[in-house]
Order: sequence, then structure tokens, then C-alpha cells
Amino acid sequence: MRVWKFSDDINTDLITPGRYNLTTDKAQLAKIAFIEYRPEFAREVEEGDMIVAGKNFGCGSSRETAPLALKSAGIKTIIAKSFARILFRNAINIGLPVVICKEADRIEEGDQVEIDFEKGLIHNLTKKEDLKVTPLPAFLIEILESGGLINYLKRRSLRIR
Amino acid sequence: MGMTITEKLLARASGKKKVSPDDIIFANVDVAMSHDTTTPLAIKPFHEITKKVFDKRKVVIVFDHVVPPANIQSTHLQKKIRKFVKEQEIENLCMEGVCHQILAERFVSPGDIVIGADSHTCTAGALGVFATGVGSTDIAAIYATGKIWLRVPESLKFNITGNLPKGVFAKDVILHIVGEMGADGATYKAIEFSGNVVRGFSVSSRLTLSNMVIEMGAKNGIIEADEKTMKFTNRRGEISKSDKDAEYENIKEFNISNLEPQVSCPHNVDNVKNINEVEGKEIQQAFIGTCTNGRIEDLAIVVNILKGKRIARNVRLIVSPASNKVYLEALRLGYIQMLMQSGAIITNPGCGPCLGRHQGVLASEEVCISSSNRNFKGRMGSPEAEIYLASPATVAASAMEGKITDPSRYL
Repeated sequence: MRVWKFSDDINTDLITPGRYNLTTDKAQLAKIAFIEYRPEFAREVEEGDMIVAGKNFGCGSSRETAPLALKSAGIKTIIAKSFARILFRNAINIGLPVVICKEADRIEEGDQVEIDFEKGLIHNLTKKEDLKVTPLPAFLIEILESGGLINYLKRRSLRIR
Repeated sequence: MGMTITEKLLARASGKKKVSPDDIIFANVDVAMSHDTTTPLAIKPFHEITKKVFDKRKVVIVFDHVVPPANIQSTHLQKKIRKFVKEQEIENLCMEGVCHQILAERFVSPGDIVIGADSHTCTAGALGVFATGVGSTDIAAIYATGKIWLRVPESLKFNITGNLPKGVFAKDVILHIVGEMGADGATYKAIEFSGNVVRGFSVSSRLTLSNMVIEMGAKNGIIEADEKTMKFTNRRGEISKSDKDAEYENIKEFNISNLEPQVSCPHNVDNVKNINEVEGKEIQQAFIGTCTNGRIEDLAIVVNILKGKRIARNVRLIVSPASNKVYLEALRLGYIQMLMQSGAIITNPGCGPCLGRHQGVLASEEVCISSSNRNFKGRMGSPEAEIYLASPATVAASAMEGKITDPSRYL
């Protein structure tokens, strides 16, 4: 549950640069996550790690390779002060939880954190403090609990509501 | 309480009398689009839930990002899409320019709900439609069901008033607004542009405004349709207007009478400066094109600056017309010949070098001035390159001088 800390306005060109966006293969996508911006990320990230970012995480392009590369690399949750709307949708649609936390600044690189989705709390085990999460609308939680939009639609026999 | 245009279109598309900000609605989609980069990731999820697209006439697939394909991987992805198009009998597979220009020219009618798997789908809002960008899984679900879930956005009204100074264009206006608002200043919101400047703008200039609302996080950027719009769309669709008592979260005034040419500086779009702060910066590449500024009006401005002269020796000037229609018109008017005589390289219609995959990839420490909409680190090539965004006039004047130049003296 190690934290990888990022700044404000991390755009999708930094997550999966256009020039590397040439595949739909998850294992290959995992290798290109932050390939130029933070080359050690793809090498060292471990299953279950989290991203903690500032405001406007994922601004820019609609490329779904961005959240998919992070998920494929092992990222379990993205915590940010705020999200750009397309990445926010894309992450939920592929079943990658996004957590809005106004106090995300209090979490630092390398901290160990756990999330209690039911209570809406982030436990920072390193700093021994709890941070509140801004709750998501029930409809979005339903999509996330289904494992993404496609499973949600399957479960509801293609009825979108 | 009345409704804004955005609320009216969303209410109609979801079969409701009234919608309000924060409602979650399920809207019928009139035009659904994806391209060579976003379609591949939509095919597998689509097949997981259904066999046939909801309406093969309402689906538009465009090859524009890397067309013709520049390497084996790109060709392979396009081959996969062609198989999908054939199997689904999708009627519209286009390779004649940037997807947003193609949608505006051929597929969008005022009043429509337009959803595209590309962030700049907001461009079509200039035609009085609700248009927004999504990702591949969303578009797969739309291809299957014809519907999308949307949260009704709060509306912001931007009144743009005053008299456009010489050397200042729609691109300068929107760069100025993005700089004022910041990269997340309008996140999740609907922006409605109004005011005498917007009404006076051509459809082409309005498309430039709506194109860049995503650069401040907005969901859509809408402009009430009028006679100019109806003429542009060959009288397709119908005009919707916001009610007098519609509710806006905020109304902002932008008087542009004293605006200077604007330049967005590396490495974020909202890092906008007056041209006098960056004039003199040496450039190696100048690029005219894209869904932001690759239309005939833009090429006319460029030709007006370049004709009969040669660009600076150390600059490569790349011009990518936004569509075949634009290209043919530019040929007819003699623009292409004049551009080539000035030293420009003309590419086929498409996204060109905007996303750094072909047709003018930047080396480290190179500087590019571009009429496109994004200057993120590494966007057009090496992460050690620098991208400045400006109007076609500023790009053309800069290509002449070999350094960032105020276009006023050329006009």
C-alpha cells in the first residue's frame, strides 16, 4: 500500500505519452506508465500501491490507456484533491477506484495507507492519522462495485439504469 | 426557474421536462464518434456486452491521429478497427481530416447530443449542440446501447464583449480565458459563450472557442445557434436558446478591446502570457493546423502574412489542413501554392504533428510554436522540447522571423 506522490495538474501525456500509445495489451501498457516523467515508477510499483496527487489529476486527453496503464501496473486506488472529468469517468468505467480527498497534501511519498470505503476514511499508517474522503454518488459506487461499466451493464442486461 | 441550452438539450435527450445541475440522467446519443487511437480499446468491451451497434448510421469512426499509419503498431490497430467497421456494417469510416472538423462539416446538427471518444469533442458545442468527450469504455457502452449516463453540469456564462484589436483572433480570446480560469477553473461545468464578439465571430472562430473549453476542465462549451450556424450546417437541426431566467453558477465578463496577442507557454495550457513577454524566443518548428485552427479562415490569415515571402531559413513550417474540404478549398484559392512557395511543408488532412507521433516530431531543446491546443511536456516529441501555443497569425509571423513575433506588424 505504498504511496506514489504526484503534484497538481498531472496530464495524460505524462501518464501515457502519445508516442507510446500503440497497444491495447495490458502488460505492455503497464510498462509505459509515466515512462518519461517518472521512469522508475513502472519498474518499482507493486500490486496494491496507490497514487496520491494534487488537484486536477488526469487532465488532457480522453485516452483510456492512462488509467488502464496505472491499473495494469498494480495501482489499486488513485487519491487526489480533484480529478479531471474524463479520467475520472474512465477510471470508474474500468473499475479503478478514485478517491477525492481535499487533504491529500497531508499524505507523503512512501507513506503506507489503507482506505476504509465504508467509513469514507483514509488511514495513513505511517503518520497515524485518518483523512476524510468526499463521498461519490451512489450510482458511481454501483458501477465501481460491479467492477466497471461493462460488468454493470452485463449485470443489468444492458439497461443503463 | 428556466433552463440553459445545455439543460434543455439534456432534458430532451433523456425524456424529461426539466433537469437541474447534479441530476444524473441517461441521454440518447445522436452522434457517437471514436478514432484510430480510442476505438481499439472499445472493441473488446463492446463484444463483451453485445453483437451489434445500436445504429450503424449514428456511429462515426475517423482515422486522423496517425493517418496514413506511420508504423506497424498503428497499422495493426487500424486493421483491427477496419475489421470491426466491416463486421458492424458501420457506414461512416472517414479518413479525410480531424474527427472534430469532420463531425462539424458533415454529421452534427444544432440540438444534437454528440459524444466522442476524444477530449476535444467539445468543439462541436459551437454549433449549438451538447458535445463532450469520453473514453473508450464509455463509447463501447454507447455503441451498444445508444445511451450515456451524464451528470447535469452547472452552467457558467462567459460574455465576451468589446472590439477585437488588430492582430487578435478567437484563439487569443480563448487562450486569455483559459489563462484567467486555470487548468481546472471550469471542471465539470457547462460553459455558454455569449456577447457581441461571439455573435460577430464566424462559425470557424466559434469552433476555436469551444474547442479549448476542455483546457479549463469544462464538460462542454456551447454557443447558441443562429443564422450563421444554420447556413454552415445546411439548415440541419434546430436552434435552442437559454431561458431568460435560466440559472448560471457564475456569469463572467471578458472585455477584449485591449487584448494583445496571447501565447500559452510551456508546459501547461493555462500558462498564458502577453506576446511582448515572450517575443524574440527562437523557434525551430511552426505548425498550423488541428481541430483548433486548421480551417480555411486560418489558412487565409497565414497566407496573407506569408504570400510572396520566404519563411526564416532555420524554421520548418508544417501546415495540416483540418479536412479534405479545407484542403480542396485552399487549393482552389491558390493558398497551397503560396504556402509551398513560402517554404511550408503541407501534410495530408489529419491531426498532423499535434500529438507527436509523426509529421514533425520535436527533438530535445527544439522550440515549436503551434496553432494547436496542448503544450504538455513531451506532447509533440522529446520531453526536453518546448511548445508555445498561439493564433495562426502569430505562428505565421514567427515562422517569418524565426522567433516568436507579434503578428500586428504583418497585418
